[in-house]
This record gives sequence, structure tokens and C-alpha cells, in this order.
Amino acid sequence: MPPDVPGNGAAAVKSAREVLVSVTDLKKHFPIMQGVFRRQVGSVKAVDGVTFDIYRGETLGLVGESGSGKSTTGRVILQLDKATSGSVTFEGQDLSVLSPGDMRRLRPQMQMVFQDPHASLNPRMTVSSIISEPLREHDQGNGDDRDERVDELLGLVGLAPKHANRYPHEFSGGQRQRIGIARAIALNPDFIVCDEPIAALDVSIQAQVVNLLENLQDLLSLTYLFISHDLSMIRHIADRVAVMYLGRIMELAECNRLYTRPKHPYTRALLSAVPVPDPQLEAVRRRVILQGDIPSPANPPPGCPFNTRCPMAQELCVAEVPEWRQLESGHWVACHFAEETPDTSVTTASSGPILTESE
Amino acid sequence: MTNPNPILEVKDLQTQFHTQDGTVHAINGVSFVLNKGEFLGVVGESGSGKSVTMMSLLRLIPIPPGEIVSGQAMFEGRDLITMEVDELRTVRGGRIGFIFQDPLTSLNPVLTIGYQIMESLQIHTDLSDKGREERAIELLKLVGIPGAKKRLDSYPHELSGGMRQRVMIAMSLACSPRVLIADEPTTALDVTIQAQIIELIRDLREKLNTAVIWITHDLGVIAGLADRVLVMYGGLIVEEAPVAELYANPQHPYTEGLLGSIPRLDQKGSKLVNIKGQPPNLYEKPTSCPFAPRCPYVFDRCREENPPLISISESHATACWWDMDNKRPRNAS
Repeated sequence: MPPDVPGNGAAAVKSAREVLVSVTDLKKHFPIMQGVFRRQVGSVKAVDGVTFDIYRGETLGLVGESGSGKSTTGRVILQLDKATSGSVTFEGQDLSVLSPGDMRRLRPQMQMVFQDPHASLNPRMTVSSIISEPLREHDQGNGDDRDERVDELLGLVGLAPKHANRYPHEFSGGQRQRIGIARAIALNPDFIVCDEPIAALDVSIQAQVVNLLENLQDLLSLTYLFISHDLSMIRHIADRVAVMYLGRIMELAECNRLYTRPKHPYTRALLSAVPVPDPQLEAVRRRVILQGDIPSPANPPPGCPFNTRCPMAQELCVAEVPEWRQLESGHWVACHFAEETPDTSVTTASSGPILTESE
Repeated sequence: MTNPNPILEVKDLQTQFHTQDGTVHAINGVSFVLNKGEFLGVVGESGSGKSVTMMSLLRLIPIPPGEIVSGQAMFEGRDLITMEVDELRTVRGGRIGFIFQDPLTSLNPVLTIGYQIMESLQIHTDLSDKGREERAIELLKLVGIPGAKKRLDSYPHELSGGMRQRVMIAMSLACSPRVLIADEPTTALDVTIQAQIIELIRDLREKLNTAVIWITHDLGVIAGLADRVLVMYGGLIVEEAPVAELYANPQHPYTEGLLGSIPRLDQKGSKLVNIKGQPPNLYEKPTSCPFAPRCPYVFDRCREENPPLISISESHATACWWDMDNKRPRNAS
């Protein structure tokens, strides 16, 4: 079900709204095995039915706390993990039914930037061989072409050609992440999943990498799925944002709308929990403090996954899983009572009457 | 600067680590004051020396390879740096409490949390067995752990990350410390859990009136907590100011760059400001300003002389030769 989004609404979303990636009721359950015979005794529902589209040229931010299933979603979309059920289509092709050979031919169009630049680069390979590996894998050009391409890529990510013959350990975290990005763009992909690409970096280096990703997006017309737990950074980089909790998407909307008029109680709590680097604002902000912790995805609560912590929860929330529905054009939410949430911001001082304050 | 009521005074603290690759100059002359009941934020990136400073003044750094080269840390009239180890032990965990970043590695996995809390009470107080247990229950209630009495028999792995950090806080408060040092206590936690812990600390601070040093790399976290902030870079304090002043009127290019490089939740800004280049190499003792290679305002003097902390108002000091307000070199010797 493609959401109909007005073409004029989000100025940030460039060009015509062509769906590049479409995810429908995607599930990924990891089995829990026990005993001598490794019988399956349950499953971790890492991703439990998510549906959304990614438009060509946009950055879709995917936020959530640890264990919410955001990284798994990214991996399953790229077919690095096989989905339990549901489908992912890329430019109209259903990836789950493709043969390995066909998938391999499609692979250059979709790439990934990983979180930990220390673990995702082979320490025994030179930068040049790391970046040219995808080119060799997919038989592009001869040796000289590839060397030329490596130099070009190094330039694109802000490194110098002289770095090509060095090893990853000779670089700092930020530079290593640049190498990982160069590798991801080597095959001229359309779509890149950025899985927490800045989480392991220092604050001043984060800005460098994010700016680089933004520049490359403009230059190469890339589409990003940007996975992060950093809500401030997501607001900066994303055009639309999806909020995940316990394997499900709770809310999806155009970025500014989500941050100024969140409709899901979880989004509201999450946004109000993020500290803002402004002492005056912090002094007057009111917070929604959630009780307790995120439940285990092996044993999610019945009904709405958020009902154990939700300040608005009612009987219906325990009885029935809320439907994933479009509240207003382009604003999707999974909450029975989304209409009743106050239409106010939780990020600024003028937050007005906030849901409830616990404790 | 006037210090109405200092409880901890650190002067010219220098710590080095002697490694195979050479000497790492982790902190290079750090001086600061913590006042009674004050909430002091310490901000810096990894390698800026914020943790080493606090570990050094409690002499928790491993020696060797570490070495406290010089410095003084006066606490209640005594110097922590030269104090006998036996005496220091009565201070650590007693008069000065601390909370570490990762509660999973700082709690002992094979002992119950009740035992671990009562252990410090046994060392630092003369309470009876029963008194210790009562105090432990009281502490767990104080930090908001439900079913406190039952929880005494729990092991760390039975608790979630947020709950473990609450236990760490309970342990650090066990002996009613005068100073509490918290080293990135919320960094390993999710944002909704972080909000719970921050609320708790705020609440406890009102109740207990303990002075707090809160180390973090997150300028957001301390904005709503701290009274005063120290900014560290390359093993030095580069700026020191009351919290509102620092955010509104940063006087060191690094602070300014840092504030510009973080996106804000409450507004969709334009491009983030880049701080060019990489953090400094600590293998050499700084003879010039450590931020000079990355600084947009750099001029000749910065490469020749390392600026000391220069007071620019009663409570605001910056280690920079450039006068950001008047856009010219500062007249300072």
C-alpha cells in the first residue's frame, strides 16, 4: 500500500516522488534454540511487521532505542538477512524471490555503511584493495581503471591518493568511516543503508562525516536509509522519519512534522527525553519520563508493544494491536488514540500541556 | 576568580603514560575548583583528558604505565596526591563517591548487589549488620528501585542497564559523600533511560546537596544539569564558564565549533559546522596551542605559545589568544 503523499508538501523531498524501495509487512524472527536437540523454544521478534516506502533521492531516518530492530530492518532490506515473511521490492522487483545470481547483479545498486569502522574494514588489506574490492567482485574495468577509480573515490570522500597504499590502522575513526563510505559508493549505487554511521565517532568528527554524506547525496543522487538512535542528528539529515519500537514502526512522517507535532505517545516521550544543548530551554522544558525498560522482543506484550510504558494506555491497547494507518496525508501512526494526543511540540519551551508527568 | 566555598581544589595536575611508543601526555596542567554543592560539568571528546583528570586526583590510574608528574588536589584540607594510600582509601568511596560509565563492568557479576552496597558501608561506617542492610534498602529506595528489599539478593545480570546504573548510584551515595564524580554515567544507556537517570540525579542533588562532577561528551546532557562547565581539549582546560554563559557566549574557538557541530532537536538547522582535522597527538608536550591546527582564528602567537586560562570576567575564562568579541588578538601576557 503506497502512501499517497502530496507532491508539494515536503520541500526537502526532491524531484518526483518515485518509490525506490517498498517494504511490506516485513518480519524477521530469530529462533531461540534450547536443549541437546536444539529444539526451537521461541523466537526473538526483531522485526515484526513493518511497512513503508523509501522514495528516490530522499533520506529516510529510522530511529529507535537499542533492541528496537532498526539495524535488522536495514539488513533485511538489503537481503543480508533473509526475511521470515513479507516483501521488499527495489525498483519494482521483489528481492525475496530473486535467484542468488540475479540478486548479485542487482547488488551494486544497494550498499551499506556500517557502524563500526574498526570492525568493518579488513586490517590486512590496503585502503586501495578495500575500496576496489567491489569493483573486482563485479568485474568492472581493468587494473588501471580501478586504480584511477580508487583515486577518484578517495578524492570524493576527502582523502588523498597517497592514502591508497596504507592500512586501516593508520587512520583515525573518522577517516576510516570515509574509507567505508568510499567502498559503499564505488559501484555507483542508488541506495545506501547507513547503519549508525556516526555512533562510534567523536562529536566534532560526526559533523564531518554527516556533511560528507549530505554532499555525496547531492552529487551522486543517492537515496539513504539512515539508521540512528540520535534524534537530533536524524532531524538534521532526514526528509522523513520512522520511529521504531520493539520491532514495529510506531510513527512515520515528514521530518519537521514528526518533530513538531508527534502523534504517537512513544514519539512524544522519546523526543522529550532528548536533552537540548541550550541551558535556558532545558530549564523550562517538561519531560515525559517513561517508566521501566523496553520489554524483551522474545516476549513482547500483547496488543500494542508500547502499552507497558505508555502513559495513555487503556484496555483496548492490551487487547488489540493498533492498525498501521494514515492519520493525515503522509503521516502514519500505529496508535488507537493518536487523534487524542495534544497537537503540540515536546521539543521546545512552549510545549503546553504535556501528556502526563510520572514520578 | 573568587571561590566562595571550595571543597576540592586541583592545581596544575599533570599525568603521563609511559608506553612502548613513547610518553602520552594525557593531562598537562589542569587546575580547577569545585565549590560546595556545585554541579560541575566537564565536557570533552575522547582523549581530551577528562576521565584521566578525575582518575588522577583519586589516584585510580594504573602506575606504571601512568605517572602523576605534578599537581595538588586539596580536599578538606588534605592533598589527595601526596596522601598515604591507607588514608586515601577512607576518602575514596567514602567522602568522594564515583559512578563509572559502564555499570556492567563496574559491578562484580558474582556478588549480589546487596553485598556490594553493604561492602562499602562496612569499610567506611561502623553500622551493625542490621544497620547496613537497612541503609542498603533505604539507598535502593532512594534511587527508585522497586521492591528494594528483594533486590538486595539480585545479581547484576538480573537487572537491566538502567537499573544497574541506579545500583551504581546507590553504591556511590552509600556513605553520603561530599563529592560525587560521575564519568559518562548515561552514555551507555538509551535516551529514555538516560532521561530517568538525569531526573534521578537532579532529584538526589536537591535532597542531598552533594557537589557533583559530571563528565560527558554530550553538550545536551549537562545543559540542563550543570551550574558551571569546564571544556577540555588536548589534556587542558580550554574554557570555563557558568553554564548559560558558555552556551550563549563561547569564548574559545573549540567550544564555539563544538556547539556548531551538533544538530539540535528543536530546530532544523542548515549545514553543520565542521571542525576541520583530527584531535591532537598527545605524544608531544604541547608547546603551542593544541587547537591551533584546527582553529579558524589561528595566528602566529598560537603556534609559538600555549595560552594559559585567561580570565575575561569574574567567572569566565578561556585559554585563547584570540579575542572573539572584538575580533583581534587578546592583550594578554
